Amino acid sequence: MLHTVNKSPHDSSSLRTCLSLAKQGSDLLLIEDGVYGALSGSIHSDTIAEALNNVTIYALGPDLKARGISEDRLISGIKVTGYDGFVELATVNDKVQSWL
Amino acid sequence: MSETKKFMYVNRHAPYGTVYALEGLEVVLIGAAFEQEVSMAFIGDGVFQLKQGQDTVDSDMKNFSPTYRALGDYEVNRLYVERESLEERGLNEDDLMPLTWEDEDDDWAEKKSIHIVSRAQLSDLLEAQDVILNF
Repeated sequence: MLHTVNKSPHDSSSLRTCLSLAKQGSDLLLIEDGVYGALSGSIHSDTIAEALNNVTIYALGPDLKARGISEDRLISGIKVTGYDGFVELATVNDKVQSWL
Repeated sequence: MSETKKFMYVNRHAPYGTVYALEGLEVVLIGAAFEQEVSMAFIGDGVFQLKQGQDTVDSDMKNFSPTYRALGDYEVNRLYVERESLEERGLNEDDLMPLTWEDEDDDWAEKKSIHIVSRAQLSDLLEAQDVILNF
């Protein structure tokens, strides 16, 4: 399953809830304000880094760029993808859950 | 002639996911015409509004971050950023846009607009205001 999260982890529980329920082997794509969850050195970074053992986590490049977050600031192991990668993830997974 | 009041605009939202940041910035610029004593506070995800290097060319949104640089020309030159909010988000002062203003009473010296303050200092600043508007 592909999970998408579009809210900042500092402002919403959606990322935390998603990670608590996502099955091993799931894909998680951080989009819009969700990309703030990819920043290293934040109070949520350890939780997210730990989740990388179970879930493949992506962040949408154009949304990182809009917010001034360069790739060297991301939690190690998070992959950056583009709109084409978003489409690919939506098609290779059997379903999509959009955490709003 | 009405008396001058202390206005503080409190910004708590990240810049692009919602319209709060842009709307708040526009209200500050409009309000600047009324010659009040204006300051801005950035707390919580609001600190992301001042992140330098914002570039929306790939995401088809309006990059309004350069507009913050105009604030100094409107005598909005006290931008208080809460240190704890930065630290919780893995940011520090160097991550913020270098916003400045020119002090006409000091031979147009260029001065920093952004002041990093502690949560306790921000609490005191809020208490000292006449009007507080949240975005």
